[in-house]
Amino acid sequence: MNGAQAILESLKKENVDLVFGYPGGAVLDLYDAVYQARFPHILTRHEQGAVHAADGYARATGRVGVVFATSGPGATNLITGIATANMDSVPLVCFTGQVTNPLIGKDSFQEADIVGITTPITKHNYLVKKAAELPRVIKEAFFIARTGRPGPVVIDIAKDVFTSMVDYEYPQQVKLRGYKGDFTGDEQQVADVVEALRATKRPVFFIGGGVTLSDQTDIMREIVEYTGIPVVSSLMGLGCIPARQEGFLGMVGMHGSYAANMAVQKSDLLIGVGVRFDDRVTGKLDAFAPNAKIVHFEVDKAEINKNVFAHYPIIGDLRWSLPIFMEGLHQSDEDYVNKFSKWHNYVVEMNREYPFSYTTNDQVIMPQQLVDMVSAMVDENTIVVTDVGQHQMWAAQFFNSRNPRQFITSGGLGTMGYGLPAALGAKLGCPHKRVVLFTGDGSVMMNCQEMSTAADNNIDVKVVLLHNRVLGMVTQWQRMFYGKRYSQTLLGGKTDYVKLAEAMGMQACRIEKPQELKEALTKALNVEGPILIDVMLPATEDVLPMVAPGAQLDNMVLGGGEE
Amino acid sequence: MKKYILAVLVDNKPGVLTHVSGVISRRAFNIESISAGYTEDEDVTRINIEVSVEDDRELEQVVNQLSKLIDVIKIVNLGLVDSIIRELVLLKVRATKGSLADIRNIVDIFRGKIVDVSPENVVIELTGSQSKINAICEMLAEFEIIEIARTGAIALSRGPLPIKNM
Repeated sequence: MNGAQAILESLKKENVDLVFGYPGGAVLDLYDAVYQARFPHILTRHEQGAVHAADGYARATGRVGVVFATSGPGATNLITGIATANMDSVPLVCFTGQVTNPLIGKDSFQEADIVGITTPITKHNYLVKKAAELPRVIKEAFFIARTGRPGPVVIDIAKDVFTSMVDYEYPQQVKLRGYKGDFTGDEQQVADVVEALRATKRPVFFIGGGVTLSDQTDIMREIVEYTGIPVVSSLMGLGCIPARQEGFLGMVGMHGSYAANMAVQKSDLLIGVGVRFDDRVTGKLDAFAPNAKIVHFEVDKAEINKNVFAHYPIIGDLRWSLPIFMEGLHQSDEDYVNKFSKWHNYVVEMNREYPFSYTTNDQVIMPQQLVDMVSAMVDENTIVVTDVGQHQMWAAQFFNSRNPRQFITSGGLGTMGYGLPAALGAKLGCPHKRVVLFTGDGSVMMNCQEMSTAADNNIDVKVVLLHNRVLGMVTQWQRMFYGKRYSQTLLGGKTDYVKLAEAMGMQACRIEKPQELKEALTKALNVEGPILIDVMLPATEDVLPMVAPGAQLDNMVLGGGEE
Repeated sequence: MKKYILAVLVDNKPGVLTHVSGVISRRAFNIESISAGYTEDEDVTRINIEVSVEDDRELEQVVNQLSKLIDVIKIVNLGLVDSIIRELVLLKVRATKGSLADIRNIVDIFRGKIVDVSPENVVIELTGSQSKINAICEMLAEFEIIEIARTGAIALSRGPLPIKNM
C-alpha cells in the first residue's frame, strides 16, 4: 500500500471514526485514498473550522480529534485551533501535507515550515520525509496526544510520502525513551494531604479541566460528598460537580461568584485538582488565598510552582492519585462532614445571599435571562458550547451544567470563532445528545462560514446568538477602565444574521421582546435540524461580579439585582 | 542571577533542537550558551545549556519545562553536582614581529596554543573555565583581538557515573 493508504489504515487501528478537514494540492493523494476507502470525513469551509470541530469532538467524546489540511496556508489556518487545543489540553492529531521532499526549504509554492511554526503550540510534532516512518509516527502521535496531560500533535508529511509504497505493519507498542505516558507518583504525597486535612478548618476544593480530561468526575464527586468540603471550579472544570449542588459555589476568578472568591480568600487549605492557577482565576498573585496552604494534584510537573507555590504537590495522573486519596480519607477514620459542617454552612449561606443575579424588565431581553431560560428548557444531557466574550461568562454563570464534557469552551486561549465549529464537532461526536451553542454577534462572524457545513451535513446544533451589536466584553472594559471610549467595538448593526443563516442553508428566527421569549425559544429549540436563533439584547449589560485585572479576588465589583 | 549548566540528553532526531530552543524562547528563559554534539550512544545527542536564573523556582521551571519535551530523555543540573566545566575559545589576535613574543608568553602562561600564524596575526586556542578565558581575553586586548569564537560551556560530572544513570 502507499503512504496515504497507510495513514488511513493506521487511523482505523486507532479507532478513528471521523476526520475533519479540507483538501488541497499537497494532500490530493491522501484525499484520493479517503475517496477510495470512503473514509468518514467532514468537509468544513475553512481549515480553522476543521480544527475547532475536531477539538469540539474531542472534548465532547474524550477521544482524539483528527484533522487533515494541506501545506502552506492550509496548515497555517490550523494554528489558532492548535493553540486553542494546546492551552486547554485537548488531544488532537493534525495531519498536514508538506511540499515534496526535493522542494522543502526552497520557498516552494504553498510551503511553510509547519514544524517550526507549531513547535510552541503542540505537545509534539513531526516532519515525515519517508513513508516507512508513518506507522511508527502515527502510533506515537496518538499515544502522546491522549496520555498524560493531553494535547495536540502535528504530523507534517512531504507530498511524495503519500504515494511512496510502504511495507505496512502497525507497531504494537510505542518506544519512546523520553516519554512513558504513565504518570504515577509518590503515595506519601497523597498521605500528607490526608494528614494536612486533620489540622484544617476551612478547606476548599478548586477543581479544573484535569478532572474532566482524566474522566475522574465520579470519584471527585465521591470525595466531595464524603468530606463535605466546599467546591469552586475553574471555567474548564464546570460540569464536574452539578452546578446546583449544595456546597458547589460555582466558578472562581475574574467573573466568579462572590462566595467562590470569598471562600478561596478565607480558606486555610486550598486543594487544587487538575488546575493550573491561571491568572484569570488568581487575580493578584501575592494576595491569592493568603491564608491557605496550597495542595496541587497535577499530572504535569511543570505546572507545580509555576504560578502558585504548592505546599503539598501531588504529581501524577488523577486516575492514580484520586483513588488513593479517597482510600486515605476512608482509613483516616474522621467524620469530615461533621468536622467541616460549620465552614460548609457558612459558605453555602454566603452563596445563597450573593448568587449570580440580574434584573429583568418588560422592555428588553436580558442575556442572563436568556441563558437561564435555555438552561431550564433542555435536559441534563445537553452539551453547551460557547464562543468567547460576555456570553461565554453568562453561560458559565447561569447555565446549569450537570455533567462533565458538556460545557465546551475555549478557556485558556479565549478564541473567538471557536464556538460554531466546535459545536458541530461535539454534535458529530455525540449524535444522541442535544447541542446548544451560545455565541455572540462578534464571535459567530469569525467562523460563520461553518453554518454552511452545518446545513449541508444537517448537523443539528441550536445556535443561540446573543446579539447586542457590540463587542461586548471589550466594551465592558472600555466602560469600566477607558472612560467609555468605545474604540472599534461598535458593530454597525446592518448585518441580518437571520438572512445570513438562511443564505447558508440553515433555518433561522429572531426574538426581540421579552414577552415572546419563552414561546419562541421553545419552538426554535425543538425544530428538526440546525437553526440560528437571533436574540436581540441590550448593549450595555456588564458581566458581574468582576475582579478588576490585577486586583485581589475579594475585591469584586458586584451589581446585579433581585431575581 | 545564578548560572547553571544543564546537561540534556535528547533523541538524535531531526527537530529536537527546534523543540528545545522553542521552550527556551517561549518561556522567556535566559540562556548564556547552548551547544550540542554526539555521544557514546549514536541515538542520543547531548545538549549543554548554560542558563541564568533569578532563583530556585525559575531553575525548577526551566528543568521541568524542558523535561516535558517528548524527545528529552534526561536532564541533569551539573551545577549541583561536582563537575568539570570547560569552554573552548579561538582567538584571532593582531601580531607584529615586535609583539609576537609577548603574545606567546601570555599564551604559555594560560597554557593555550598558537595554532596559526601569519605575518599580521596569530590564532590562539585555549580551553578552560570561563574565568580563565575571560582573563586571557583581557590580557590580549592590548594587542587587538580581531575575532573571537567561543563554544559555550560544556560539563562532565566527576566520578564513574554517567548522567544517564544519575
